[in-house]
Amino acid sequence: MRIHCPCCGPRGVAEFSYGGDGTVRRPDLSVTDTDAHVAYVFERENPRGRHVELWHHIGGCRHWLLVTRDTLTHEITRVEMAGRFAGEAARMPGAGA
Amino acid sequence: MQKYSAFSLLRNALSGHRDWQPAWRKPDPKPAYDAIIVGGGGHGLSTAYYLAKEHGLTNIAVLEKGWLGSGNIGRNTTIVRSNYMLPGNNRFYEWSMKLWEGLSLDLNYNVMFSQRGILNLAHTPSQLDDYARRGNSMRLEGIDAELLGREEVARRVPGLDMSPDARFPVLGGLLQPRAGTARHDAVAWGYARAADARGVDIIENCEVTGFLREGGRIVGVETTRGEIRAPKVGVAVAGSTSQVLRLAGIERLPIESHVLQAFVSEPVKPILDCVVTFGAGHLYISQSDKGGLVFGGDIDKYNSYAQRGNLPVVEHVMSEVSVMLPFVSRLRLLRNWGGIMDMSMDGSPIIATGPLPGLYLNAGWCYGGFKATPASGWCFAWTMAKDEPHPLNAPFTLDRFQRGYVLDERGAGPYPKMH
Ligand SMILES: Cc1cc2nc3c(=O)[nH]c(=O)nc-3n(C[C@H](O)[C@H](O)[C@H](O)COP(=O)(O)OP(=O)(O)OC[C@H]3O[C@@H](n4cnc5c(N)ncnc54)[C@H](O)[C@@H]3O)c2cc1C
Ligand SMILES: [Zn+2]
Repeated sequence: MRIHCPCCGPRGVAEFSYGGDGTVRRPDLSVTDTDAHVAYVFERENPRGRHVELWHHIGGCRHWLLVTRDTLTHEITRVEMAGRFAGEAARMPGAGA
Repeated sequence: MQKYSAFSLLRNALSGHRDWQPAWRKPDPKPAYDAIIVGGGGHGLSTAYYLAKEHGLTNIAVLEKGWLGSGNIGRNTTIVRSNYMLPGNNRFYEWSMKLWEGLSLDLNYNVMFSQRGILNLAHTPSQLDDYARRGNSMRLEGIDAELLGREEVARRVPGLDMSPDARFPVLGGLLQPRAGTARHDAVAWGYARAADARGVDIIENCEVTGFLREGGRIVGVETTRGEIRAPKVGVAVAGSTSQVLRLAGIERLPIESHVLQAFVSEPVKPILDCVVTFGAGHLYISQSDKGGLVFGGDIDKYNSYAQRGNLPVVEHVMSEVSVMLPFVSRLRLLRNWGGIMDMSMDGSPIIATGPLPGLYLNAGWCYGGFKATPASGWCFAWTMAKDEPHPLNAPFTLDRFQRGYVLDERGAGPYPKMH
């Protein structure tokens, strides 16, 4: 498996550390309803198919990336920066834009 | 059921082995049962067996989407142990060990349970302290545990790198003498045959594709072989748990599916007579009766439903095994494969009623569900029959995450890839 880092280009998966489901959002700390916090910490959709997930390019530029990957075929269709540089996507071979 | 014995073996040998009966029937599904178990892996089959044997429920069916043994029950590295630290875990796994000890007799099927012992190597003084603590925790529960020094470890496992300049010097280890291995396929077949003999319908090639509901209750399932009704539906589908429960409208669970790979070498003469685990990384190895070295390491560490893994983990596992047992580097690898693990958020399982009325859940086995097969089925059968957990599985609730009663053996936090 290779991940096309928007900063470093295509790199082997061994350079990256997995950060799990990239769609869960930590509730604001002022939210006192524990269900929202429990859902953030413990509950996952765990789909078989398209999964938006976090990867940390720990052996490269050290950016956090949002990767769209199929959990059955491992096909990666989109990689973009997470956090401050959100929206900057890698040019993927065959993925159009 | 045709009873297996030395006598039946002799009789069938004399008649040219033409009279053996199939080990279980291949019935068509009935329209309704008293209980259904989804998933014909080790846990589903043992649940059916104990429902019939211990609770007298015989009008039941096990529904398996493929063939028996196609899931993790036929893919694991067969290690059986009860060397856990937390009381919620070690009591349960010790009960499993006790069931293992009588299993071949109970099932009238040789599951080749071999109590050859498991030795966890320690490479630092603090690791040895940690093992002493775990061993004491085990002994408090009446479980066997021995702390070994360096010389004793070297004597027991001659192939280890015990040289003075070893990269990860071995200081000692924790031994559980009653731990060991079993033949994984035989466990599935033995439970299937014994459950079938008590009237359980084992239905292969029958995938559950939906749930039947009345009011808020689950009252049966839709399958590729038609609708089947039952007031109790137990789900034991390991890596497919999120997929199957989504069919019942449960969108989120404290589970992620990850792939774990395993490896077997070409067969060699006896060299390793116990299970050994590496303490400076994650590696477990034993030698099968055929002579192959069977070993595995970490999961691939990202969500996966592909029953095959990636090469970096292969490389990692090989470097670990050859640093621990240098002779292995000269062997050829025969095969490697993968299975989909139901990794839970605290590394411990779920055996509970719910999450909907009429539904029962058995999941979250991570790397360690093979050893649990007997106790998991025994406790799940109890839970399904009595609509409440047995004290042994009472800690394995689904709402423990909500209530703050996680059972995190390693203290690794809510990261499935770390368990
Ligand atoms: C490589 C590897 C090594 C392992 N090593 C060990 C070890 O050394 N020791 C240990 O204790 N544990 C080990 N494990 C873990 C252990 O194998 C599992 O935890 C355990 O087998 C899971 O329970 P099971 O046997 O019921 O699962 P499975 O055998 O996977 O059974 C689940 C069944 O559900 C079926 N199913 C799925 N969806 C549906 C559906 N919709 N309808 C009908 N049926 C469905 C599947 O086809 C499957 O047969 C290992 C696992 C792997 C993959
Ligand atoms: Zn990068």
